[in-house]
Parts: sequence; structure tokens; C-alpha cells
Amino acid sequence: MTHDSGSKSFNLKAMLRDERFWKIAFQVITLVVVFLLLSFFLGNLNRNLSQMGRAFGFSFLRNPAGFSIGESLIQYRPNDPYWRALMVGLGNTLTLVAAGIALTTLLGTVAGVASFSKNWLVHKISRVYVGLVRNIPLLLQLFFWYFAIFGALPNPANQIGVLGLAFLNNRGVYVPWASSAVLAVLGIAATIGAAIAAFYLWQWRTKIRIETGVGGQKQSIALAVLALVWLAIIVFGMNWTVPEGVEGGGVTGGLRLSREYVAALTALVFYTSAFVAEIVRAGIQSVSKGQWEAARSLGLHAGIVMRLVVFPQALRVIIPPMNSEYMNLTKNTSLAFAIAFPEMYSVATTTYNQTGRPVEVFVVLMATYLILCLLITLVMNQFNRAVQFKER
Amino acid sequence: MTTVTPDSFSSAPPEVVGLGPVAWAKKNLFSDWFNSLLTVVIVGVFAWGAYRLVSWALTAAQWQVIPNNFGLFMTGTFPSGLYPRIWALLAIICGLAGLSWGVLGRNVSTLFSRSVLIGLGLVCAFIVLFPPTRPSSLKLLPMVALVAIAAAAGRQAGRKFLGIGKWVSLGWFLSYFAALWLIGGGLGLTPVSTNDWGGLVLTLFTAVSGIVLCFPLGLLLALGRRSALPVVRWLSTAYIELVRGVPLVALLFMGQVMIPLFLPIGSRPDRILRAIIALALFSAAYLAENVRAGLQAVPRGQNEAAMSLGLNTPTTLGLIVLPQALKIAIPAIVGQFISLFQDTTLLSIVGLAELLGIGRSILANPSYLGRYAEVYLFLAVIYWIFCYAMSLGSRKIEEKLNTNH
Repeated sequence: MTHDSGSKSFNLKAMLRDERFWKIAFQVITLVVVFLLLSFFLGNLNRNLSQMGRAFGFSFLRNPAGFSIGESLIQYRPNDPYWRALMVGLGNTLTLVAAGIALTTLLGTVAGVASFSKNWLVHKISRVYVGLVRNIPLLLQLFFWYFAIFGALPNPANQIGVLGLAFLNNRGVYVPWASSAVLAVLGIAATIGAAIAAFYLWQWRTKIRIETGVGGQKQSIALAVLALVWLAIIVFGMNWTVPEGVEGGGVTGGLRLSREYVAALTALVFYTSAFVAEIVRAGIQSVSKGQWEAARSLGLHAGIVMRLVVFPQALRVIIPPMNSEYMNLTKNTSLAFAIAFPEMYSVATTTYNQTGRPVEVFVVLMATYLILCLLITLVMNQFNRAVQFKER
Repeated sequence: MTTVTPDSFSSAPPEVVGLGPVAWAKKNLFSDWFNSLLTVVIVGVFAWGAYRLVSWALTAAQWQVIPNNFGLFMTGTFPSGLYPRIWALLAIICGLAGLSWGVLGRNVSTLFSRSVLIGLGLVCAFIVLFPPTRPSSLKLLPMVALVAIAAAAGRQAGRKFLGIGKWVSLGWFLSYFAALWLIGGGLGLTPVSTNDWGGLVLTLFTAVSGIVLCFPLGLLLALGRRSALPVVRWLSTAYIELVRGVPLVALLFMGQVMIPLFLPIGSRPDRILRAIIALALFSAAYLAENVRAGLQAVPRGQNEAAMSLGLNTPTTLGLIVLPQALKIAIPAIVGQFISLFQDTTLLSIVGLAELLGIGRSILANPSYLGRYAEVYLFLAVIYWIFCYAMSLGSRKIEEKLNTNH
């Protein structure tokens, strides 16, 4: 019978025409190519490292670092181990990220909303700010703030005082602060807790007022009490120390924000806010005009229309891209290394220079920034879920 | 009964009442007490700021640092005897730019409209009046003339030969290699070590190389992430997410150190090449996400219609889906190119003398100590012009490709 051999050659042709075959074949080829590339690279890496006499491993993190770090949140001495030095860097990065995200959200939202202002000047300023800042590289702006603005401040002997509460000189900015770190942390925690409690109280009050049409007085009183308690904690509980200028230059007391920190924060906030402003503007524009008109025809004031009708709907469009802006800000904090602010990347580079272990240091860096970005995404996803359309 | 006379109907749009300057200011600046206050405060602050800025720029600032180092800013430490090669490169680019402009504008009634003529006049005046460019105005003015002549020629040629667009594209493609040859030398020209590449030329070269490399890679990654094949999808997703989680500085710095480690012992690619590779690998991940957004915006029906017409997967992608997806993604893609251009500044951190890097080394020169504001403002203007031109170009392309009526 010829059927057998005929079907064999037929099968091969059919197979070559069959999309299912190609789907599998393509994946196998991709896998093989990626595997070959990886084994080529890793094999070379192995040979290169063994030629240099270094085995891959993280045990060096326990060796004493031997370099000093200009500013740190936690206790650090030069003969502490490398991992502690890296923690100091991470702490500095986190302060930059936290302050950066808070200020960027504020400035970006204001700039975005300002582009809808009826005042021609305010509108123009918002547009010019966005058009100017987005088209100039961040690193250049960073250098500009650090060298040309904060570097041009007078020396400590001629420092500038602001109402006797804060001081500016070319070494940094001095602001009032809690007398101890524990109190400062407690104050920040109280602020965050009060904000969350107020948010839920407000929601509860709104719900009651929607359901019954009246009432909510109890909740209003609770809100007022909460605000008073928070104010009392902040004003009296923190044991504020105010910086005082010393005769002949210099400052005692208060909190010193180094010139590096202030310059990095300013540059990051100004740069990222321009992008946030565009996101906010696009979000508000995405709300259809009918919503504005309907709300206005119900007799609502323009400010209330923005707050209660337009902005909640715009938030749905605004939140997802904000996530990537926050991630960009987090990653861009690494540029502060260029002006010698001892953040994560800067400490990691010093670690690499001293130990000559590029691969391990890179793994640590990558893991740190990935985890930070993942945390931001996690929080933003929760927030996103809260503002999305509630459909049945 | 009232009859309507035909005269009372008019198809003309309602009359627009022009506001006089006083009425305009009342409406836009002083509509209520809050706006009035805002206007007064802003005008006050800006007047003070402008006064301080102008008085600084005219008295305290020492602008001499810019014209003294203009050659450095533009080309770095490129040997000055070989400057004619850079001029030749500029001439090629100007010629091609003019040709493209002419070919694209072949259907416009007047190529040199009044605003274009005013723009060209302003450029010429700027070249002659701006102190740093004044010494080379004899070379720069012919460049402007070259653009104009090439535009006129391109318009004529574009009307005669329909397929000329392809040849212009080929010209741009070849010009990249011409640039490589003219800057780097070899093949009969004196070779210039990459250590001497610098300034604006290096910035533009790395940016263009990065864009050219990252686009196909980003496209492939986007397609891979949208693929129905699990292995391809997982690999693409893993690459995109890993790279997007790491700062570019880390990638660049480690790229300088790690790329030699990943290659056979002893092989050490040039450091500019290493930087370009790191830049392209980084941008490709972001570009992939922009292209993916475009792909997602193409309705599924397009794909199904193409399939039911009998097109296979590659032709469906290449002829139906990708053209639509890329059109949607143009603003995002150009945005990515702009940020890649801005990211070239980070090369100064890894020791390359691109525009910002050369600025820093000039500032390290004791005779220009403390001239930070002057140098950084000058650099900011250069970067701003390029980035703004790119975003303007993207808006023009968008308008041209917009087929929604």
C-alpha cells in the first residue's frame, strides 16, 4: 500500500502549513535562543569573575564599610557593615520619595487646576510652567538648583532669616522641628491617623445625610474634636525647637535640611509636578462638558462643581498615570547622587567602588527599586479601586 | 399673524463682538475681587522677579564663558582642524531637512508663506547678532539658504515623481552612516577617537542612535507582550517590568561595568557604544508600553476582519493592526523619544562629554569658576529648543495623520 508513505509526506507539508505547529515551534525557538544567549552571557560572566578571583555571593555585606556618610536617619559609624550603610542610603531615598510625592501631588494638582482658571495670567503661568519644565532635562535642573540657586545663597555669616522661624544659607535650610526623632515620628503618625479618621468620618456623615436628608451633627462635632485634638498634639505635644541664628554665622536647634537634600527635592518636585499637572488637566478635560452644565444648572457654585462633580470623575482618569509618575519620581531620586546626596544609589556606587562587586551591588539596587515601585503600585491600585465606577 | 420676512434669517454665524483692551482685562484679569487680587499679586511678584533677573543678566552675569567655549559646547574636544567634517555633516542634514520639507509640503499653495519667511529672517538675524555664532555666520547663512533651496527643489521633485518620499527616507537612513563616518573617520579620513567626541554632536548622535535602536526592540517587546503564545508573553513581560523598575543611572553605570563582564574575556566595546546600548535597552521597555497601549486601542473587529479575509498573522499585524496602533501611539512614542533625548544628559555621570558633561568640565575650569547660572541657562535653552521642536513635530504629524472628520 502506498497510503503510508503518501500520508507521511502529506503530513510534513500539512504540518508546515498548520498554524498550531508554528505556534509551538516559534515558542521553542524563542526559548532556545533566549537560553543560548543567557548561557553565553552568564558563562562569560562566570569566567570573567573567576579570572578576577571573585565568587558570586553576598557575604561581603557583613564586612565593615569604612566610609562615612554625610547625613543619615539611623545611627551610622564608618566601621559599621555594608548592609547598614545601604540601609542609611535607603532611608535617605525614602525621605526624598515621601516628601517628593506629597509636594508633587500638591503642586501638580494646583498647576493642573490652574490651567482652567478664568484668570488669564494664572492660566498662562500654568501653561508656560509645564511647557518650560517638561522640555528641560531633570539632571540639568538639578544642577541648576544646586549650584546656581541654593549655591548662590549667602554664607552662614550673612544668612537669611525668615520671620525668625527659619534660616537659609549656602549650607542648607533650617526649619523648626520636634526636639526628638521619636516625637517627630509620633507627630507624623498622628497626622496620618487623624487624616484617615477624618476621611471615614466625613464619608459616614455624607452617607447619613444622603439617606435621611438631615442629621450628621454628631459626626460634625466629632470631626471638630478630632481637629482640635490633632492641633493640640502638633502644637503642644511636639516640643518644637526653633532654629536660632548664632552670632557670627551658623544656626543652633531646629532641623537642618542639607543643601543637597533641598536642591534634590526642589528639582524633583518642580520637574515631576509639570507631568502631574498635565495628567490632572487631561483628567479634568475628560469629564464631559454636560456634567459641568448640569451641575451649574442645578445651581451649584463653580468651586463646588469642581469639588463634588468634576474632580471625583476626573480622578478615575488621573489615578492610573499618577502611579507611573510616582514610580518615575522614585527612580529619579537616584539622580541626587550627582550632587552628592547620600541616597541609595550613591551608597551602592561607593560600595561597588570599594568591593569591586558589580553584579551583587546591581542585584541589591535592582531589588530595592523594584520593591519600592511595587509598593507604590500596590497602594495606588487600592486607591484606584476606591475611585472607580461602582456598577451593579 | 406675524409673518417672518426672509431678511430676518441669516446663515452667517453670530457676530463676534471684539473686546476692547479695557473690557478684555476686566473679563480676564479683574472679573471679581479674588481674581483682581490674584492679578495684582502675580504682576507684582513677576515684575520684581523680572527686574532682578534682567539686572543680574545685564550686570552681574559674565556671559563671556559662552562665546569663549562655543566650539567646546558644540563638538567637545573634536580636533579643530577637522571641523570641516562637522560642517559637511551639518550641510547633509540641512539639505535632507529642506528636501523633506519640500516633499511633504508639495501640496501646500505657497511653501514660503509670510510666517515662514519671517521665521527664516529671524534665524538669519539671530545667527548674525548672537555673539557665539557671529564668527561662523559666513558658514551658517549658506546653511539656511541650503535648506530653502532644497525645500524648493524638493517641492518641484515631489510634484514630478510620486515615489520620491522613499528616496528621501533612504537618504536619512544613509545619512546616519555618513555621520558615523564623518565624525569617527576611517575609510580615508583621519580617525577620531571616541574620547574626543563630545558636545551637542555627541548628544544628538547618542539620542538618534538610541531612538533608532530602541524603536524596533520596543515594537517587538510590545507585540511579544500582547502575543497569544505564553512563552513569548512571559519573557517580554518579565523584561519590560524588570527594566522599568530600575533607574536609568543604575542601568547606565552598571552597563559600563557589566557589559564587558557579560562578553568573552578581553573584549571591551567602546564606552559610547556601551552607553547607547544601555540607553536603548532602557527606552525599549518604556516604548513597548506605549506601543502596547496603541495596540489595545485597535478594535478587535479589525483583527477578525483581516483574519476572515484570509490574511495570516504577520500580514494582519503589519498591514492592518500596526499602522493603526502606531498612529494612535504617536504622541506617546514621541514623548518617549523626548525623554530619551533628555536622558542622554545622564551620560555625563558615566564620564561622557556630551552637552551637559562638557558644560560641567568647562565649569571645572578655574577661569570660569562660579559661572553656573550662565552655563546652565544656556544649556537649558538648547535642550528646550530641541525638545520643543520634537513635540511640535509630533503635533504636526498627528494633524496630518488624523483621518477622523
